[in-house]
Amino acid sequence: MSNPEEKLGVDEFGRDPHVLLRVIAKFLIPLIALFAFYVQFHGDYGPGGGFQAGVILAASVILYALIFGLAEAKKAFPPRLIRYGMTLGVILYGGTGVVNLILGGEFLNYSNLASDSIAGQHYGILAVELGVLVTVTTVMIAIFYAFGSRQPETSDEDW
Amino acid sequence: MNLIAAAAAEPAFAVPVLLLDICLMALLVVVAFAIVRMRSLFAIVMLQGVYSLVCAVWFVTLDAVDVAFTEAAVGAGVSTVLMLSAMLLADRKSTPVPMRRQFGALMVVVLAGAAMLYAVGDMPAFGDVNSPANAYVGMDFIGKTAEEIQIPNVVTAVLASYRGYDTFGEVVVIFSAGLGVLLLLGLNGNAGRWEAKPNGQVINDRTAPSAANVEDIRTPDQKAEGET
Repeated sequence: MSNPEEKLGVDEFGRDPHVLLRVIAKFLIPLIALFAFYVQFHGDYGPGGGFQAGVILAASVILYALIFGLAEAKKAFPPRLIRYGMTLGVILYGGTGVVNLILGGEFLNYSNLASDSIAGQHYGILAVELGVLVTVTTVMIAIFYAFGSRQPETSDEDW
Repeated sequence: MNLIAAAAAEPAFAVPVLLLDICLMALLVVVAFAIVRMRSLFAIVMLQGVYSLVCAVWFVTLDAVDVAFTEAAVGAGVSTVLMLSAMLLADRKSTPVPMRRQFGALMVVVLAGAAMLYAVGDMPAFGDVNSPANAYVGMDFIGKTAEEIQIPNVVTAVLASYRGYDTFGEVVVIFSAGLGVLLLLGLNGNAGRWEAKPNGQVINDRTAPSAANVEDIRTPDQKAEGET
């Protein structure tokens, strides 16, 4: 991160001292986000699931904020999405349970979600894991935004 | 030596794994001591990440890949970054605590450690099928997942379906944690009037980057008060 009065990431000679960092991060961030979705949807077959995927997805946004600055990150992932995301995840999880309740089953027992009880379980797990993903991602980004917005931009000497 | 000989007879718990476990545990102790001795907060936060990463490797040798994954992602990844962003609001170095104020903490640590060592004797052996964690309902889940849910990862089946209530609780806990942070700090770090003095440099709600997005609603009196 650079001093606030300078143009972001450019020193007094117009050079970028962190050019390697930025180029590599630009290459890595989409891969990290892609890996998060792999972890999310491969959770039924291997290690992983909503919690891990959510944290990895949030990490990709946080890495973007660390490399390109908080203002750029807030353009890429607007803070207003956080309020919707946090609640949407919880509602999606609880709502899946309630839908099954309405369809004649028990709360958070997904067997009634489809005509076949096993397919119902699969749909249910997919839905609740998606809810976990949305809540965890947005809360992690929210905590980072809340803390990160309090301090002035970090100068290189601070480390 | 007896232990290693006993482990060699057990095919699931081979000597290399045992040696690896001992090395990882030794590394954890070294990192923990380094954290205690360190004064630079930046180095401490980084070492905490290292500690989590070593823990994650250790969980893999215990075949708990899901836990290891979570530890690596949450412990070594996100919490390190969150600690760093919180650390930037504080001084970069911690002041040493005088020796005479450390005896109480030492007593607590020694007592807790002694209690844990006392409890080790009652712990079931690693991978014991008759241990409470593996018997009863746990065995039930493993047996029934294949027919009731039909997904290969039993951990996901237990987490999302059999123990759906617990996971719902966890999601609500994370939601409330996020809500608490937003209520206390504000989404853009702009909740309330605040001031911090990291390294003698004064920062407050007017100089923070979030101030640029918020209209200054203070009266002239308040402004004068804030500048003195």
